[in-house]
Amino acid sequence: MNGGTGESSGPSPIAFRLEPGSGVPTYLQLVQQVEQALRLGYLEPGDQLPRVKDVVGSLAINPNTVLKAYRELEHRGLAGGRPGQGTFVEGTLGRVGLPQQTELRRALTGWMRTATDAGLDPDGMAALFTAALRDFTDSAQDESAQGHPVRPSRRPARPGRRDEAEGVA
Amino acid sequence: MNAIETAGLSRRYRRVWALRDCTLAIPAGRVVALVGPNGAGKTTLLNLAVGLTTPTEGTVTVLDGRPAGSAQARSGIAFVAQDAPLYPNLSVADTLHLTRNLNLRWDQKRAASRLAELAIPLDRKVGKLSGGQQAQLALTLAVARLPELVILDEPLARLDPLARHDFMASLMAAVAEDGLSVLFSSHVVAELERVADYLIVLSRGRLQVAGPVDDLVAGHRVLTGPAAETDLFNERLAPLHVQRAGAQAHLMVRMDAAAAIPAGWTSTPVGLEELVLAYLREPDATVLPGPATLNRVAS
Repeated sequence: MNGGTGESSGPSPIAFRLEPGSGVPTYLQLVQQVEQALRLGYLEPGDQLPRVKDVVGSLAINPNTVLKAYRELEHRGLAGGRPGQGTFVEGTLGRVGLPQQTELRRALTGWMRTATDAGLDPDGMAALFTAALRDFTDSAQDESAQGHPVRPSRRPARPGRRDEAEGVA
Repeated sequence: MNAIETAGLSRRYRRVWALRDCTLAIPAGRVVALVGPNGAGKTTLLNLAVGLTTPTEGTVTVLDGRPAGSAQARSGIAFVAQDAPLYPNLSVADTLHLTRNLNLRWDQKRAASRLAELAIPLDRKVGKLSGGQQAQLALTLAVARLPELVILDEPLARLDPLARHDFMASLMAAVAEDGLSVLFSSHVVAELERVADYLIVLSRGRLQVAGPVDDLVAGHRVLTGPAAETDLFNERLAPLHVQRAGAQAHLMVRMDAAAAIPAGWTSTPVGLEELVLAYLREPDATVLPGPATLNRVAS
């Protein structure tokens, strides 16, 4: 209950932090940080996630928010609860190999050149990309691909796709 | 089980109704934020739930039907009044001793270890503690009574940002450990989103919003589009709040993310703060789940 965020307390290899102004719901921020830690190798199967009490005591957030994040991670097959012990990493996230990432990046760079020639500035590109990505994930989610594709997805893009998004940012 | 239940709860002070026709059912295990402008009736509602005030009309029960103010109700509730009143001339140790002897249930070990974690010296006079430490001491006393429901009136009002964070962290840790229900009033709207999972908005003595935060946030969107088409929505969607400029308009409406919207308009999610402010600006708008017939009486 020191309120500090830098000290390592608890049995988990990772610690959460929050970006209050990001607009991303708190529980999703926790989910994304676990996914990110999995991709970057900070977390591996068998590792314990921070205990609810520790998270709550350092970030001053509602315990139900942490529980919701852990349920979502269970739902995504990435973590599992062990009664009386805590929540542990159970899955892995397929990391996109470096050669593949380079290839994807090259394709995007080509697109950016075309966009610049067409008179689009970086912000315009980002806006266009975000909108296209949103439509793409929406149409993948809505099996009946009818109606207006204007609904912004409340879920984030699935992990595999977000790699592409991060390649741009 | 409900932590607090009210039916037609009203309280009048002389000729002024401080709270009018308030019907609520707050499930147990929630962290409930009670917000509203000054004079909206927040403290009155809290005092009624604790049993410090009696209703003029209506009923209030706590912790699964115990009448507010009854002995069984009091044993399950801890109340921290505004500005955490403590005896400034007593030492922290004497304050613990006093509270221990005034209460039937008391966990001395827990209180002592909490104060040690917070590095609050036992021999210091309470009046010499910082505002944040006094608030933490009051919370320690409340939690050491092993309550099922903790009620706090403006616990954050006089704390600096760091003390607010630490206080809320302590409170949330207590919730995580003991599964307490918490009801607290606040006008620091910005910090509620991380902490509260249930929201109550009072305005001019009337209940305006009550519901789980997730449902409230998921049930509202901001639509942005050409101002000329705004009238189309005014009839269909009855926007809660309209922000209109020459060409563009933003409408806060009650709809979920799955609702279809016309081409040319975009729909974005709302934050809790934005939502609360919109309701505070429109005191006549309400979202009240449950017995809907009670909402519009005598409006």
